[in-house]
Amino acid sequence: MDFLNTNLLSLILFSPVAAALIIFFLPKDELKLIRWTALISSLVPFVLSLVLWFRFDPNKTGFQFEEQYIWYKAIGSSLHLGVDGLSLTMVLLTTLLTPLAILASFTISEKVKAYMMLFLFLETGMLGVFLALDLLIFFVFWEIGLVPMYFLINQWGSANRNYASLKFMIYTMGGSLGLLLATQMLGVAFGTYDLTRLFDLWPSAQALTNIPPWLTISTIKTIAFWAFVIAFAVKVPLWPFHTWLPDAHTEAPTAGSMILAGVLLKLGAYGFLRLVLPLYPEQAKYFAGALAFLATAAIVFGAFGSYGQTDFKRLVAYSSVNHMGFVVLGIAAAAAASGTTDAHIALNGAILQMFNHGLSAAGMFFLVGVIYERTHTRNLNDFGGLFPLVPVYGGILIFTSMASLGLPGLNGFVSEFLVVRGAWPILTTYTAISMLGLLFTGAYILKGIKQVLHGPLNEHWAHGEHKLTEINTREIIVMAPLMALILVIGVWPAWILDVINRAVVALF
Amino acid sequence: MTFPILSIIVFTPLVAGMLILLFPAERKTEVRVTALAAATFALFLSGWVYVQYLINNLTGYQFQEYVDWLPALGIGYHVGVDGMSTPLVLLTGVVMFTGVLISWGIEDRPREFFAFLFILAGGVFGVFVSLDLFQLFFFYEIAVFPMYLLIAIWGWVKTREYAAMKLTLYLFVGSVVSLVGALAMYWTSGMHTFDMLQLERAGFTPEFQRIWFLPVFLGFAVLGGIWPFHNWSPDGHVAAPTAVSMFHAGVLMKLGAFAALRVGIMLLPEGAKYWSWLIMAFAAIAVVYGAFIAFVQTDFKYMVGFSSVSHMGLVMLGFSTLNSQGLLGSGVQMFSHGVMTALFFAVVGMIYDRAHTREIPELGGMAKVMPFAAIGFIIGGLVSMGMPGFSGFVAEFPIFMGVWHVQPWVAIVASISIVITAAYIMRNIRDVFFRPMPEHLEGHIHDVNVLDKIAIVLLCLLMVGLGMIPSLMVPMVQSGVDNILRLLGGA
Amino acid sequence: MTAYNSTMILAILPEILLLVLGVLVLLFDVVWKGEKRRALGWLTAGGTALISIVTLLIGRPGEPQSVFGGMLRFDWLGFAFKQIFLLGAIATALFMMDIEKLSRRGQAYALLLTATLGMSLMASAADLVMLYLAIETTSIPLYVLAGFLLDDDRSAEAGFKYLLFGAMTSAVLLYGFSLLYGFTGTTSLTSFVGSLPLALGLVFLIVVGLGFKISAVPFHFWAPDTYEGSPTPVAGFLSTASKAAGFAVLLRLFLTAFPQFVEQWAAVLAVLATVTMTVGNLLALAQKNIKRLLAYSSIAHAGYILIGVVAASKLGVASVIFYLIAYLLTNLAAFGIAAAFGRAAGSDEIASYAGLSRRSPGLAFAMLVAFLSLAGMPPFGGFIAKVLVFTAAVETGWVWLAVVGVVNSIIGLYYYLTVLKVVYLYRMEGENEEQYPIPLTRPYALALTTLSIAILVIGVLFAPWFDSASLAALNLF
Repeated sequence: MDFLNTNLLSLILFSPVAAALIIFFLPKDELKLIRWTALISSLVPFVLSLVLWFRFDPNKTGFQFEEQYIWYKAIGSSLHLGVDGLSLTMVLLTTLLTPLAILASFTISEKVKAYMMLFLFLETGMLGVFLALDLLIFFVFWEIGLVPMYFLINQWGSANRNYASLKFMIYTMGGSLGLLLATQMLGVAFGTYDLTRLFDLWPSAQALTNIPPWLTISTIKTIAFWAFVIAFAVKVPLWPFHTWLPDAHTEAPTAGSMILAGVLLKLGAYGFLRLVLPLYPEQAKYFAGALAFLATAAIVFGAFGSYGQTDFKRLVAYSSVNHMGFVVLGIAAAAAASGTTDAHIALNGAILQMFNHGLSAAGMFFLVGVIYERTHTRNLNDFGGLFPLVPVYGGILIFTSMASLGLPGLNGFVSEFLVVRGAWPILTTYTAISMLGLLFTGAYILKGIKQVLHGPLNEHWAHGEHKLTEINTREIIVMAPLMALILVIGVWPAWILDVINRAVVALF
Repeated sequence: MTFPILSIIVFTPLVAGMLILLFPAERKTEVRVTALAAATFALFLSGWVYVQYLINNLTGYQFQEYVDWLPALGIGYHVGVDGMSTPLVLLTGVVMFTGVLISWGIEDRPREFFAFLFILAGGVFGVFVSLDLFQLFFFYEIAVFPMYLLIAIWGWVKTREYAAMKLTLYLFVGSVVSLVGALAMYWTSGMHTFDMLQLERAGFTPEFQRIWFLPVFLGFAVLGGIWPFHNWSPDGHVAAPTAVSMFHAGVLMKLGAFAALRVGIMLLPEGAKYWSWLIMAFAAIAVVYGAFIAFVQTDFKYMVGFSSVSHMGLVMLGFSTLNSQGLLGSGVQMFSHGVMTALFFAVVGMIYDRAHTREIPELGGMAKVMPFAAIGFIIGGLVSMGMPGFSGFVAEFPIFMGVWHVQPWVAIVASISIVITAAYIMRNIRDVFFRPMPEHLEGHIHDVNVLDKIAIVLLCLLMVGLGMIPSLMVPMVQSGVDNILRLLGGA
Repeated sequence: MTAYNSTMILAILPEILLLVLGVLVLLFDVVWKGEKRRALGWLTAGGTALISIVTLLIGRPGEPQSVFGGMLRFDWLGFAFKQIFLLGAIATALFMMDIEKLSRRGQAYALLLTATLGMSLMASAADLVMLYLAIETTSIPLYVLAGFLLDDDRSAEAGFKYLLFGAMTSAVLLYGFSLLYGFTGTTSLTSFVGSLPLALGLVFLIVVGLGFKISAVPFHFWAPDTYEGSPTPVAGFLSTASKAAGFAVLLRLFLTAFPQFVEQWAAVLAVLATVTMTVGNLLALAQKNIKRLLAYSSIAHAGYILIGVVAASKLGVASVIFYLIAYLLTNLAAFGIAAAFGRAAGSDEIASYAGLSRRSPGLAFAMLVAFLSLAGMPPFGGFIAKVLVFTAAVETGWVWLAVVGVVNSIIGLYYYLTVLKVVYLYRMEGENEEQYPIPLTRPYALALTTLSIAILVIGVLFAPWFDSASLAALNLF
């Protein structure tokens, strides 16, 4: 058991890669074998992260299960892993969503082997970001995740995939250029990339060698702060850096969208929490208003944008912009008044919102995928009155939509309430405007439900070869854990909030 | 006496080249098999040297051999490898091996082709293991002249004569300029030796070093493709046949950079310090300019050629920092870029052989028919972009760190190239491999053969392995860098 | 004067043996009939080789000494040059064997041997009279050989031109010698004591005379026409052995007679070297005929060699000797190839070399070796030779001259590569080259193979040759 304890994180991190290598040696044509191998092996990190969850001691501050290996000694970087309450939730989310996404991809029949391998690589990439306690390792995994995602969109996406994947790649890479440079600067200044040390050194740094004398340390910090912020803002995405998102989400294959919305966007928010707030407390406080403005803009414009869509998937995609806005709003509030109870509440909300949005957005994209696979259209105007044809699907869709809308009793309500409650005293105006945005959230979600399930039945789907079939067992199995968690968190959020809260209090 | 492994590495290709020439012209298969056997042998030996150096944590110059050559003038045959050159020896072995695999299908006078290729390879090995200045020039020239014939005879019909002549003259000019500098060092030192390990301790006056550093460094750097003397390189790359492009960009350009380091910086450290700003300026321009020019190319091979200018600029940039990280990055970048660009040119060659065009607008859909080549090119592309997890990142990151130490602004400016590189690489991957295949190519393209696949896999493994586990190379290069820093600090 | 002793015999052993061989050749010329007379070439080449071996075995000098009352010096310098000449004669004899109208004529071989004999004496002559006689002994057979193909106008023209130039410069040289005698009062080579202007005047006269021999610019005008017109092997001999003989005299004369004016005459020679290299190379660029190209290239090489003379140091002289060895091997090979090709293809135009690498890969490769060596590429002799002369120049402070040499070698590389391009890259118009093979007779194959290997060997294992050259150089200091 010692082995498990001391190597748990690296086991979680690298078991997907190992699985991918196993798949590489499977025969190309044994689709079933490949699919099941992928699914079962993706359960391994999930089980391990459950182990991690239960062994994790929420009462301890600081990082647990730390591991450190030599990686790039010459420049002061090591493979340093560790979890706290913040990353733990994200790890759990990632390992939970990946098997579901793989299960959701059982309908993929082209180049299955490559697909599954890429998916597993992607999982490692995401997990690496959450587990890294070394700035360079963080960056490495941050960028590495792009590659499988690019190919998932590019190879298995829909019509406009070439454009979308390239845009996704260039946006994210361009965004992280500043991060790269700032990372280098930090590394050069302190000779280490270890986050636990940088947290101590950098915020209190009063002087740097090798900067031109006419630049003050605060200017440097401000520039570096924005370099970090932009990198993460692209990923979250914050308005106005969000334009890659609707394209990428829409063109990605269903499982890709699930992961994209469920986990990848969280990477950006996680970056804010893990790096920006601890490394730049002063700058974050100073620019909290600006962040809040961007967040509010994301909430409002995301909602408007969503409402204006006729493509079901784009609608859901814009809803992500809207929901992630709340995460950033909470972060902005925390930055503005760090250390206060309000800030803690807002952060609790933000982190829980990350988790929740992961569940509901993944569910929504999957449900869009389910109907798309049957109808080969995503145009809302082509649907209508489908509820009687597919009652089970309709029920699930409504349930998930309600979670997304923020219906009390479901998870979305808890987290959004916490964010708003925490942010209100700190950033009253922005929060107020955001509340208006929330109104439109209701509007677009109801519009979506209405267009698909209610209204006059589109006869096209009722008969003959186009007859719409009900959601099948496999698809229900994908949805079941998501729905269960949505409900559990909505009713009894304490089990997860406890972990989050302790981390928040300890960190900020 | 110890086993003369380095000499065997150097003379394997040379002897094999001569042997091949003795075959009757029509025994093409025998020629190829002999070539492959020799290349495999050389690869094995260079791999062995590498592994020995790595697992024993060696430092300094190892596997040394010394034989008097012209004692009257202090010329010796002195070979040995340090942390800087060991990866390059391995690189040469790899490129030679893959080059033979890729060139299996050459039908026009394969005997002469392989013979010249091997003479070239022998020269390259010789330079990397030289610890004697004269010997270094000797092998340097041996490495340069077969290029002329290889390009002129087997190159791309349209530009080969021009490109081959341009290349040869550029390189020859560069090397003879350096040669004069080397002679000046020889006489000024008063030690009557060409042995570099002794010349390191010659204690040249700062004035002398300042005068002679630029000719010596730039003379070699011409082969390293340094801006503004890079002009020969894209033309040469494009005109050369595939295996030669691989050698040319993969190894020969490293030869220039390596010699510039070993002779320019290590023997004239004061001069290097004095002129480092100029080298840095040249290198930074090369990095950005090369990337931009690559971005606007429509010829696939020109694109790769200019990307080499950009990437070799990074090597020079690392040199110009004269600090630990920068030099370390350059050392790794030489290897990483060598493997990467060899792979690039291999894939470009495979595509050209099938499509008979390299115009990107006329290509498309290659991923479907040549998945292996596509994967190879993509991995190469990721390396080229400096994507973490691949060797390019391991190399470029420290270079940028080194530049941060010296001139933060240069780091920021040079980093523009990363985005541009990403843009053109991704665009080309999309255009060449993923968009629908043009009709006129439909049905004319067939998959690569098993030899090509072996080559691609080998090159890819190196890049991914190094990217994932930098310790496979970094400690070794670091030991070489420490030695350079000692010279820089001691002077 | 004491009686003849063994040293004196040893000192002129090569000359004696050459004379014997010449007589033998003339004898067998009468005895052998018809096809058998082709064997005269084997006889000449083999005999010369034997002479070389014999002298190497038993004729080696010890401490330098004067023999025959100061007429000759018996030293390593002379010995080294004699070996060079013998080598040239062997190769030339082999190349002559398959030239029609040359190969079956005993006189041609006899003339060759006589010229070689003269050169040998040139290399060791230590007396002005002896020297002049030796020069004439060399020149007259060569005039004849150059114009040997009487029914060929160009050959006749070549011989005549050579004769006219030779006679004129010879007269100037003789004038210089007589002045030298007048001022020093002795015909033996000793240090000249006199005023600077006088010395410079003498230097000038001697340079004119020897400049012709080594074909330095501006005394080079005969060379291209003569090379082009004369039988190719003879041209090869003229450009190598004859040139080497010129340098032998130049070295001995200047370093013995004018050591105290070294700065002045070195400056004169430096200018001469610069002009010679540059003009030779630039004119070579425009050539369309392989023999003319080689002529200009050999002019340029005279310039490189002069750099070593300019250095006027031990290393300089050693580098000159080494250069001459490398150059002799290389240029003989080049002319041999030209002869072999010209014989089969009936043309000396560079353009007609197209497709050679397919018609005869071996000949093409030999050409590659020879031309790259001429261009100064390792691992061939030409590289190390160039490095040595440049090293010598840098050592004695003639950095600018080394730079000029370097620049020139770049120009040189260009035209050598141009020829190789034709050989390897171009193809015969609309023909299948393999139907036009170039037959190589045994003497050619033997000579070219040996020369190619020798070029490689001297380029890689240069220490023994350089040490010998250094030993020879010591005799002048």
